[in-house]
Amino acid sequence: MSTLPPELAEEAARIAEYAREEGLDFFETVFELVDFDQMNQVAAYGGFPQRYPHWRFGMEYERLRKQHTYGLSRIYEMVINNDPCYAYLLRENLPVDHKTVIAHVYGHCDFFKNNVWFRHTNRKMMDEMANHATRIRRYVDRYGYEEVEQFIDVALSLNDLIDPHSMFVRRAVPEKPADRDERNIEGEVVRYPAKSYMDRFINPPERLEAQRKRIRADRLKARDIEPAQPLRDVLLYLIEHARLEDWQADILSIVRKEAYYYAPQGQSKIMNEGWATYWHSTLMTRYCLRDDELINYCDHHSGTLAGGTGRLNPYKLGLELFRNIEERWDLGRYGKEYDELEDIETRRNWGKDRRRPERVKGKESPGREKIFEVRKIYNDVTFVDEFLTPEFVDQHDLYHYRYDPATGRMVVVSRDFAKIKRQLLFSLDNQSRPYLYVVDGNYANRGELYLAHKHNGLDLQISYATETLKRLQRIWGRPVHLQARINEEMVLFTCDTQQSRQQAITDELPKPAHGL
Amino acid sequence: MTVVYLKIQKDHQRFRTIVKGRIREDLRKFLTRGELIGKEGRHLISIPVRGIDIPTFRYGSNDDAGVGSGQGKAGEPVDTDGAGIGPGGTEPGRHILEVDISLDELADILGEELQLPRIQPKGKHRITAEKERYSGIRQTGPESLRHFKRTFRRALKRQIISGIYDPHRPRILFERRDKQYRSWKTTLKPQSNAVIVYMMDVSGSMGNEQKELVRMEAFWIDTWLRRNYEGLESRYIVHDVRAAEVDKHTFFHLREDGGTKISSAFVCARQLLENQYTTDEWNVYLFHFSDGDNSSESDNRECCRILQEHLLPRVNLFGYCQVASAYGSGNFVHVLDDHLSGLDTVITTRVNTKDDIYDSIKAFFSPGK
Repeated sequence: MSTLPPELAEEAARIAEYAREEGLDFFETVFELVDFDQMNQVAAYGGFPQRYPHWRFGMEYERLRKQHTYGLSRIYEMVINNDPCYAYLLRENLPVDHKTVIAHVYGHCDFFKNNVWFRHTNRKMMDEMANHATRIRRYVDRYGYEEVEQFIDVALSLNDLIDPHSMFVRRAVPEKPADRDERNIEGEVVRYPAKSYMDRFINPPERLEAQRKRIRADRLKARDIEPAQPLRDVLLYLIEHARLEDWQADILSIVRKEAYYYAPQGQSKIMNEGWATYWHSTLMTRYCLRDDELINYCDHHSGTLAGGTGRLNPYKLGLELFRNIEERWDLGRYGKEYDELEDIETRRNWGKDRRRPERVKGKESPGREKIFEVRKIYNDVTFVDEFLTPEFVDQHDLYHYRYDPATGRMVVVSRDFAKIKRQLLFSLDNQSRPYLYVVDGNYANRGELYLAHKHNGLDLQISYATETLKRLQRIWGRPVHLQARINEEMVLFTCDTQQSRQQAITDELPKPAHGL
Repeated sequence: MTVVYLKIQKDHQRFRTIVKGRIREDLRKFLTRGELIGKEGRHLISIPVRGIDIPTFRYGSNDDAGVGSGQGKAGEPVDTDGAGIGPGGTEPGRHILEVDISLDELADILGEELQLPRIQPKGKHRITAEKERYSGIRQTGPESLRHFKRTFRRALKRQIISGIYDPHRPRILFERRDKQYRSWKTTLKPQSNAVIVYMMDVSGSMGNEQKELVRMEAFWIDTWLRRNYEGLESRYIVHDVRAAEVDKHTFFHLREDGGTKISSAFVCARQLLENQYTTDEWNVYLFHFSDGDNSSESDNRECCRILQEHLLPRVNLFGYCQVASAYGSGNFVHVLDDHLSGLDTVITTRVNTKDDIYDSIKAFFSPGK
């Protein structure tokens, strides 16, 4: 493990210079040369040199090592979203590979720094991860390895239950219903308009008094409702409300922090890889490539973009979408008039008479300007939603496939644009994980936790759900419930200390504080 | 600046021990057997990857759909080597290559597929040796285990960094955070009393090829058990019409001729067990390798009788492995299956080529006896 040798460091500085000229804007980037085993270790640690002790990193390491040993795949590079950015290069690579990877890394760094979805990530995560490790090691010393490890296992089961959007919501300090004073009650009391001499009859005082009483009672009740609205950040709710030891709450918050840190990377895989690939390709072919390196570069580049049959490669998809956007904006294929064109042929020929600007630098052309804007404000879902066009789907032979129980294979179902897009968006939405909410923290006034699954097309897998519920119960202490739609029926899964059971939801069951 | 400082070996060790089922019983039900697909020549080979699947809330099985790219009309199957951008996504920067794997490499993988035989604690050697070693350092502990030198060094460092240290009046005071304690690790070494008796048919009908197969299989069983257990004894018996106990080297290198009388080996094994390995002190594993071509029907009956009355009651496992032979009738495996089926201490396998050895060993050990 070492820093770059001088000739590579020089090369890196030169590439950084070109990248800046092209308008990329990135944190200072520190490169490290590692051998393949170190690369596998770093990758297993999620890109960081220090993580808390946990077997799952060992598991990932073993998988990566096997993949490498049997030559199934290799990792060329790793970049960490941090200021400064850290990037690892594989020592065994050829110089031309190093150059390509360095250019690629600058693309990622630019994305990390500028994409709005990364705005709230901790840019000192390197330190934070090391601190997490130290804290957990201390707990291990104090409470025992197995005890801490088991708790981490439980916490990891709930790892996904965060709300990535909550980072962007700035809420005013919530007004406690009880704080509102008596006078405001009058505003909610219904009064019919009446002449003053009729008021006593149209708005009889006893009725007004009854209304006031009801409103007061409602407010009193509302004060006790927890959470105030359905909450996606289940982890936060547990940290704040579950009866935990300090160290347990701390471990939960560590797991939660790390989940929030990794969330934007999951949300923008296609864009991030597409952007980095766009730039390594541009920088290499325009500035850095020597004649004798051409073949090796092409080999590497095509390997990155290779799809294989039936496989959608995020590098490829991202790159092609960015190029498509650039072309469309260069040729004026956007705006109301273009969007309303029905005929695919007319759309294809739109703007054909315009000449695309050549050898553009930075944001000189409308296309470039657009893609820089796109890299700033979109994530994978909005990116695909906005820029996947029927022409694109057609050009790249995209299709929608589904498992066929009859043959036991994946089968092409259709090449219909709407279906393909819906499927793609669905698999990107929340990274294909279900949405769960805390809807009641004091269910039936028994201190029980009530979660609800927001159904959007797919059922939860029951066996996993009950196991996870058991683990949730261990954190919460009191019984926990999960409301989910299974085969068109609403089912309530319940887990208390002894057993778990499920029942159909009927009107007899007490309702949670919030519906979904 | 070099920042990389890795500790993954510990996590890896921990994971390996969990997978082997030695610790964390609670995780056992989440163990998965994944596989990587490799290629040997034109054949696909699966490389097992063990994993632990932490339960999370996730979508059920109606999730099997996605978007791919390529040729193909509606209704045509997709090549399923990649599932497009679906759940899990595609890993960054990894390129798929083809791979060659030899049988030797597979042998390494073997151990991960098998369960260890459940050797029961028996006899006077059953005490597991427990040993404490002071091998580490930690931040908490009893004062009696304080590591003075390290604590001193840390305190000194802290004082120098914070500027309190005065070289003319060097006074080092410990604070709580400076203190370092020795920590210990308890290692357990299971002492198991187990004996493995290998019996091999070396009669004329067993050609070199057959013997080679037997040797390979016996070799792997032996290697593998020894890698996992301390205190194993191995005994070797060869037989044609008579049986004799031999040493390991002879067993693996002997060339013989003659007829076959399988019962002779069983009689020999019985004597061995009765004289030297009492049931209440030893776990006994019997393996018999033959081409299944016994000399007479009456001897077959005799074999079953000895097995049932004398051998099976005292063994944990009787494994019979029959190798294919050009001469023999290969009948003995049927005899065993007919007479002794339903007994879970008896496992029979057949090995025709080298490739079957793996499956045979798997069959012997997968019940975890």
